[in-house]
Amino acid sequence: MRFRIIVLAKQVPDTRNVGKDAMKADGTVNRAALPAIFNPEDLHALEQALSIKDKIPEAEVILLTMGPFRAAEIIREAMYRGADRGYLITDRKFAGSDTLATSYALSLAVKKLAPYHLVISGRQAIDGDTAQVGPQTAEKLGIPQITYCEEIISVDAKKIIVKRRLERGVEVVNSTLPAAITVHSSAPVCRQRVAKLLMKYKHARTVTELQNETKDYTELYNDRPYLLIDEWTADDLSAQTEMLGLSGSPTKVKKIENVVFQHKDSKIIGSSDKEIESLMKELMKSHIIG
Amino acid sequence: MNNIFVYCEVTEERTIADVSLELLSKGKKLAGDLNVKLEAVVIGHKVSGLEPLLYPYGVDVIHYADDERLFPYTTLPHTSIMLDLFEKEKPEIALFGATSIGRDIAPRVASALRCGLTADCTSLEIGDHFENKTQTEYKNLLYQIRPAFGGNIIATIINPETRPQMATVREGVMKKEIFSAKFKGKLKKIEAKKILKDDDFAVTIIERHMEKSKIDIKNAQVIISGGYGVGSKENFNLLFDLADILGAQVGASRAAVDAGFVDHERQIGQTGVTVRPKLYIACGISGAVQHRAGMDQSAQIISINTDISAPINQIADFTIVGNVADVIPKMIRFYKKNSK
Repeated sequence: MRFRIIVLAKQVPDTRNVGKDAMKADGTVNRAALPAIFNPEDLHALEQALSIKDKIPEAEVILLTMGPFRAAEIIREAMYRGADRGYLITDRKFAGSDTLATSYALSLAVKKLAPYHLVISGRQAIDGDTAQVGPQTAEKLGIPQITYCEEIISVDAKKIIVKRRLERGVEVVNSTLPAAITVHSSAPVCRQRVAKLLMKYKHARTVTELQNETKDYTELYNDRPYLLIDEWTADDLSAQTEMLGLSGSPTKVKKIENVVFQHKDSKIIGSSDKEIESLMKELMKSHIIG
Repeated sequence: MNNIFVYCEVTEERTIADVSLELLSKGKKLAGDLNVKLEAVVIGHKVSGLEPLLYPYGVDVIHYADDERLFPYTTLPHTSIMLDLFEKEKPEIALFGATSIGRDIAPRVASALRCGLTADCTSLEIGDHFENKTQTEYKNLLYQIRPAFGGNIIATIINPETRPQMATVREGVMKKEIFSAKFKGKLKKIEAKKILKDDDFAVTIIERHMEKSKIDIKNAQVIISGGYGVGSKENFNLLFDLADILGAQVGASRAAVDAGFVDHERQIGQTGVTVRPKLYIACGISGAVQHRAGMDQSAQIISINTDISAPINQIADFTIVGNVADVIPKMIRFYKKNSK
């Protein structure tokens, strides 16, 4: 049996580079103004998977992502870096999913790819920072979880040894397989694209993307079936509709507030000697310092 | 209505972590609002002084599972015990620390119970909700309030239908407060051996290197904090110089930590520690809401920034418009001059 690694990844709005136009006048997030990127810790996860493949050449790395049609971009990105193939889980029924509904859908897709050895994902995504989908998917699959992985020390068909980064130290653990691993940002960064793979996969498309192509590539895809990225809908996963999207999400958003900084009376001073000295004196006089 | 449960983390010293005591303090207030009891869950081995430590926080019941296989923490056995307990007790609310442990176990438990979980809450309140779609009125829900979307919005999350309503909260966000020194609850032993199965030990710990957190930013009275605008690791040394003189601690924003200027242990904000010092000096920090969430309760805030329109200035008592590398040496100089 081939050693199969499934990488869970998410395409996220780049919340770290929020510009002035990121919020609309009505206070909602202007997603269109934010570039969509490969979630950073998921790239660390991909690197862990690829480094296992370096050691076990017959291992295969499959990228799984759930999102809108354009999320196929990160599947291609992963293939350029060394992933063997990918699946896009996409359906309007998934809209509004919280972490529980997301992990339900992901777990069904992972089961469809059984038998597998490892499910690897980033610790958390930068748009939500919840760090819940990894453990929740593991629970739905009924497999052990190893969170905050910094390094995979060794792996074979039966077991894996992982170094975990915790807030107050490190821990080395041994787990049976299959297992789910979430990767911490202190793990090595992902390798860059490989030119040969970029050439090989640059025409990789989902069926939906192909429908929008102006040129007819039918022959190309008949010759090279690996260029076709599979899309799975809720029906393909035999998912129960009530477990998906908003209805499958126990958490509801009651209220969203655009962040407004409360205005305090702020004294603005310059950085001249005189101004700094008088500030320091005032602080000392009020016994805040000194 | 059923009770509020707090998962209490066991520290290396075999006592209860600060974050859990903070959650018990908050849990007691919520329990008061709802007129229910507060229950603590402790899973570990040979945890010392549980009753005198926890009862003063107003804990009505301590559920204690003691087994040598339960310390140090591993996911599966702790999850099994929580699930067994929650299936019997059916808590109304369950709170966990947003720590390495809490963020590992809470999602696993929530998934198994198919209930909602909100990570990294910065505030918890009790309130009502009217669902327009179904014309249903919900009384006394837990409002789980947290920044989201990179901190550009503040979301109030509710779990109308599922129980327990689960949330994680970072260390330092809630205040640790004794309810009554004389308060007495009762201890209930959990029979761990009956619950644990061989499968729960699929993951074993080979090696651990834990250290007590060396840097105690949380309890510092004065914090000198630097952001990306400090510019370099070298410039950060100026912050340490000022901190040394004032007996302060050095903190940092996520941007400064990501840039490698300082160790992540110093990070203040939604994904770091939350602080409430008497004086917070923000150096080259623009003031993203995630950072602000971790320091806006400071008694006095001074911002040093070249950009007069930096958002942090709006919550600052004083804004020094200038360069960090220029201003801090002056602060040191004039402090020394006037302290004699």
